[in-house]
Amino acid sequence: MDNPASRRIFAVMTHHTDILIVGGGLNGAALALALSQTGLTSVLLDAAPRVAMTTPGFDGRSYALALSSVRLLRNLGLWSRLARDAQPIREIRVSDGRAGEGPLSPFFLQFDSAAIDESAADGAMGQMVEDRHLRAALMEAVAADPRINARFDAVVAAQSGDAHSAQVTLTDGHVITARLLVGADGRRSGTADRAGIKRTGWDYGQTAMVCAIGHDRAHNGIAHQFFMPPGPLAILPLTGNRSSIVWSETHANAAAFNALPEDAYLAMLRPRFGDFLGEIRLAGARYTYPLTLTLANSFVAARLALVGDAAHGIHPIAGQGLNAGLRDVAALADVLEQARARGEDIGAADVLARYQQWRRFETTALAVTTDLTNRLFSNDNPLLRAVRDIGMGVVNATGPLKRALQREAAGVRGDLPRLMRG
Amino acid sequence: MQASTGTVDAAEVAKFEAMAAEWWDPTGKFKPLHMMNPVRLDYITRQIAGEFDRDLTGPAPFAGLRILDIGCGGGLLSEPMARLGATVVGADAAPRNIPVARIHAEKSGLTIDYRHTTAEAMAAAGEQFDVVLNMEVVEHVSDPLAYLTACRQLLRPGGLHLCSTINRNAKSYLMAIIGAEHVMRWLPKGTHDWTKFITPEELFDLMSRAGLDPVDRKGYVFNPVSWSWSISDRDLSVNYVTASIQRG
Ligand SMILES: Cc1cc2nc3c(=O)[nH]c(=O)nc-3n(C[C@H](O)[C@H](O)[C@H](O)COP(=O)(O)OP(=O)(O)OC[C@H]3O[C@@H](n4cnc5c(N)ncnc54)[C@H](O)[C@@H]3O)c2cc1C
Repeated sequence: MDNPASRRIFAVMTHHTDILIVGGGLNGAALALALSQTGLTSVLLDAAPRVAMTTPGFDGRSYALALSSVRLLRNLGLWSRLARDAQPIREIRVSDGRAGEGPLSPFFLQFDSAAIDESAADGAMGQMVEDRHLRAALMEAVAADPRINARFDAVVAAQSGDAHSAQVTLTDGHVITARLLVGADGRRSGTADRAGIKRTGWDYGQTAMVCAIGHDRAHNGIAHQFFMPPGPLAILPLTGNRSSIVWSETHANAAAFNALPEDAYLAMLRPRFGDFLGEIRLAGARYTYPLTLTLANSFVAARLALVGDAAHGIHPIAGQGLNAGLRDVAALADVLEQARARGEDIGAADVLARYQQWRRFETTALAVTTDLTNRLFSNDNPLLRAVRDIGMGVVNATGPLKRALQREAAGVRGDLPRLMRG
Repeated sequence: MQASTGTVDAAEVAKFEAMAAEWWDPTGKFKPLHMMNPVRLDYITRQIAGEFDRDLTGPAPFAGLRILDIGCGGGLLSEPMARLGATVVGADAAPRNIPVARIHAEKSGLTIDYRHTTAEAMAAAGEQFDVVLNMEVVEHVSDPLAYLTACRQLLRPGGLHLCSTINRNAKSYLMAIIGAEHVMRWLPKGTHDWTKFITPEELFDLMSRAGLDPVDRKGYVFNPVSWSWSISDRDLSVNYVTASIQRG
């Protein structure tokens, strides 16, 4: 169905589509594009206005994308646009630090691209991509795709699903029916709530402060993860002499630090950041993200599938949230493409069960791993500190385990969906 | 048997709806069929696409093809064929399956011509199809040669006949009768009569005599670790499927 035609149909209140995606964030948009490639039409809804979502300062995050995520973006035709602004990650260093001491205790864990058998042609382990570039590329591709009908300012009032179709009523009275409803509406997914899907999770008591930092020395594509008692600090390389920080502190500290004027904020950051990159300064606006764990107890319900943070919102400690969401996207697109080619009903319970079986174990394992890592590191207990020193030394000394961790981080383990294969 | 759901009363319709829900519940009474359906559909769709040069990734790849589904039951194969654009006739000798399948197709927004009839009766009436789906039926009929001859008559020259059944050997006895009927209780006891099972060689021979040239055969293999079915080139020891062409 092309855009002008579907717009006309919207005027008559009820609209039918193959797939209705609620949530036009990164995962929702990527899913609409992946489905379009397989010939499926979708309506993509977001409660936020389009202007807000396409303003460059909308979200200050930068994402460490695994190779599998980069391949997905390449297969969706977006990478040629993004490559110019992406910073290859050549090495990841993990170490223990304590505020005021500076993080530069010896590196315990060191990963480099030479140890992944499947590294990209340019030897990168992954790519850092800024939200302002990624979101813009996705939004543009969505707007240009004749199989996607994107609607902003669209708030869901009611939703139902039976054996034959899903139905959503918007607050403006429009009704949309679909063979499948997808919840891509983030950590507080209303779509999951309305379907009666319960969630497991808690507040980490931490808030992540995110900001782009300029520095005098070159980062050489090295990403750092420092573990400090109040929470981890990640320093992730961006193009030029810039890095993105994800600085997690207790809610109270984060609120206080973030309210400080620029100089005072930098004065708090400097001892944590260290001086290995030379003098530092702010290179963008400051953002905060309260950190929670939220896992949906089921990723599917009648005529409904959840993807991305709506299914699993995890701690950003390993930079895996979006990567996991994009894996959901590619896996769901695979399952639906296969079902469609067989003539199966794409929203049938057995089709959705295949998606859940593919994704649920892996994402739950990831949530548990990031949760435990954060618990183990976000404290100053000397005994635990000794344990992690030994632990990281062991991992470093053990080739196979380190390699497994590295391949996991690069997203090249496990059963890869078609769109993530090279 | 009433001709359409339009003439049956509300209580009957409710009963049929419940039966349709049962047929289509992947975790219910027909679970074994649902578990096997993806591999059955993979085989069927690829054979048809290959034979008639259709692109399964495109819209309505089976448009223009007339397909007969013999022993259609609740429509587990008829609906996918209709969804792929084919014109479908679903035939079942069990009268109560027909309104059940009709109700489900209607709710799925599909047009399928479901009939309470047999292959022999349709052949006698001179019906013609591009494809005949003959899935898990031949092991239940009393005269397989006469039945396969009717299937051949239902095909246009060069038409495609897809036929699956169960092999006859010690393993199939264990799996299909002891395993599926007695241990797992996937199927009601007495569903199958092992002496009626047919080996691939016997089936090929019968098809040739009926005027159907065998062109392919594959096994359906159940993997108890992944708890799912897959298609095998070599292992035809229990469930298997064949493709043959109307000799013209
Ligand atoms: C500090 C931080 C750093 C991170 N760094 C990384 C990283 O380096 N690498 C990585 O892989 N991941 C990272 N992540 C994780 C990543 O940001 C998320 O996993 C990802 O953004 C989730 O995208 P989403 O599309 O699933 O959800 P969201 O981005 O939450 O999008 C949901 C969308 O749904 C819309 N919506 C919500 N409710 C409704 C409704 N009722 N109706 C209609 N629309 C609705 C919202 O407006 C929004 O647009 C990080 C996360 C944080 C907090």
